[in-house]
Amino acid sequence: MTVVFKKSVGLTDTEQHYCPGCTHGITHRLVAEALEELNVLDETIGVSPVGCSILAHKYFAIDMCEAAHGRAPAVATGLKRVHPDKVVFTYQGDGDLASIGTAEIIHAAHRGENFTTIFINNAIYGMTGGQMAPTTLVGQIATTAPKGRDPKHCGFPLKVSEMLATIEGAVYVERVSVDTPANIRKAKKAVKKAFEIQLSGEGFSFVEILSTCPTNWGMNPKDSMEWLKENMIPYYPLGNLKKPQEAR
Amino acid sequence: MAKVLMKGNEAFAAAAIKGGCKYFFGYPITPQNEIPEYMSRELPKIGGCFLQAESEIAAINMVYGASCAGARVMTSSSSPGIALKQEGISFLASAELPCVLINVSRAGPGIGGIQPGQADYYQSTRGGGNGDYQVLVYAPASVQEAVELTANAFEIADYYRNPVMILGDGMIGQMMEPVELKEPIIRDASPKTWALTGTGGQRTHNTIKSLALEPDDLEEINLKLKAKYDVIQEKEVQYEAYNLDGAEIILVAYGTVSRIAKAVIDDLAALNIKAGLIRPITLWPFPYKAFNDLPATTKSVMSVEMSFGQMIDDVKIAVNGRVPVDFYGRTGGNVPSPEEIVCKVKEILGGAES
Ligand SMILES: Cc1ncc(C[n+]2csc(CCOP(=O)(O)OP(=O)(O)O)c2C)c(N)n1
Repeated sequence: MTVVFKKSVGLTDTEQHYCPGCTHGITHRLVAEALEELNVLDETIGVSPVGCSILAHKYFAIDMCEAAHGRAPAVATGLKRVHPDKVVFTYQGDGDLASIGTAEIIHAAHRGENFTTIFINNAIYGMTGGQMAPTTLVGQIATTAPKGRDPKHCGFPLKVSEMLATIEGAVYVERVSVDTPANIRKAKKAVKKAFEIQLSGEGFSFVEILSTCPTNWGMNPKDSMEWLKENMIPYYPLGNLKKPQEAR
Repeated sequence: MAKVLMKGNEAFAAAAIKGGCKYFFGYPITPQNEIPEYMSRELPKIGGCFLQAESEIAAINMVYGASCAGARVMTSSSSPGIALKQEGISFLASAELPCVLINVSRAGPGIGGIQPGQADYYQSTRGGGNGDYQVLVYAPASVQEAVELTANAFEIADYYRNPVMILGDGMIGQMMEPVELKEPIIRDASPKTWALTGTGGQRTHNTIKSLALEPDDLEEINLKLKAKYDVIQEKEVQYEAYNLDGAEIILVAYGTVSRIAKAVIDDLAALNIKAGLIRPITLWPFPYKAFNDLPATTKSVMSVEMSFGQMIDDVKIAVNGRVPVDFYGRTGGNVPSPEEIVCKVKEILGGAES
């Protein structure tokens, strides 16, 4: 029998704790595959956030540490300044990155820190049970927005990629989605591109991945994918927002 | 080496480099700015890195990252900035990451003022962040002592895999004194096999973490930390006992105030009052044992602080009711004058006689 697919050696055999239908598993795979294809698994250091993916260090077969809520870009800065020759990445949710950690992500981009951030936008706080995130869509129900997000009360959803793309030091910014096999392939390309840019020393690279949270959205996995496509993609358009000069 | 005249803050920085510090992350705040300024000049020369962070929160988390990476790293700040770093310090202690923290403390609460204060005793020794943890806290009383404690701090931090804090008040940071930069005392720290360096294909991957969701797992980690803290309490206590024989009153003071206390002891001697001084050099572990054999002549132990009385809690624990524990303190950036302290001592001893 010929092997047509196998798990990346960048992932451990540990059973993941993610809920059925959660896309963190897909995204972990994309990161591991990209690093494996670039042949840098042994030279990579990752930072997991506070959020559902805090245990990512159990699932990646690479050196990793946990960071305090929102502070992963600062931790990655410390790591990268000591080991400029290693590949460093943060993996962060939207509560972690777009709320409590806004200062850290903006200033990592502003300094042009030469690491990569994988930003999981699932429009909700997963780990704490479905509270409203800065990225929660207008009208979307959350446990702290029981009547749906009202922009008059708490503003419009934050478009992090657009914001970061305005910063000089952020050299690669792309928004992708994992709702269809075709989009997953594009997401993989973007993740790999981000690491390639880091390897070439060009500066801060950032990939926002639109993701689902069936448990806290109160939907089955299939409906979640549909909801992402119909509601998230129109507000958070996919595509490249910034790339290095020569790649343009 | 010959002595050179140095300002306290620059001396802290020079001593840190002597102690092996190669990375510094910090955010400007008075009265400690000469430390990051010195580091920004000097660290690049030795292949290290100085980075001004966007906040104290970011700075301490950069320290966390650099420590995870296996480096000798330091941050410095002053009171409100240290308050912001506390979550990070708790994480560093929890993950058993070595680092050195310098607090050139000022008067509070809130933004307070920029003159010296000692009201950070609680946030330094009581675990200013959440959870059961400790950092070693050293309180220098001169610029010379500051450089020795700072240079040695990196070895101690690595040895115990624990944050070490140097608590120098604004007076120590700002004054100039002659100093001799000595080589640090080397401890036998184990190699940092736990550090994140990339596996290099040579070992299984390393993980540095703080989360433990199972109560039994977390308790086991906490018990391991406690065992380490017990050893530190046993082995690392430092204090100076001065003029205790036959003392009617024993002053307890650290940092700047301890120097004033020594002047007070001379002034009191001229009035035929015998006074002594216990000067904690380690605030944690606190030198409880320094109070074990109080002279029979002692009628009062008096804590003198630039606060409303924080160290006095430890003094009371140490004295344990054997004699009255009294207090004199000034706040707001005021330094207690010898006259004020003499006056208070006369009041206490006069009161005890009547
Ligand atoms: C300082 C601090 N505040 C709050 C929390 C509680 N908390 C844990 S995870 C989380 C939000 C996670 O949401 P997100 O970043 O969107 O990631 P997800 O769980 O959805 O993957 C919060 C608020 C914490 N651990 N620390």
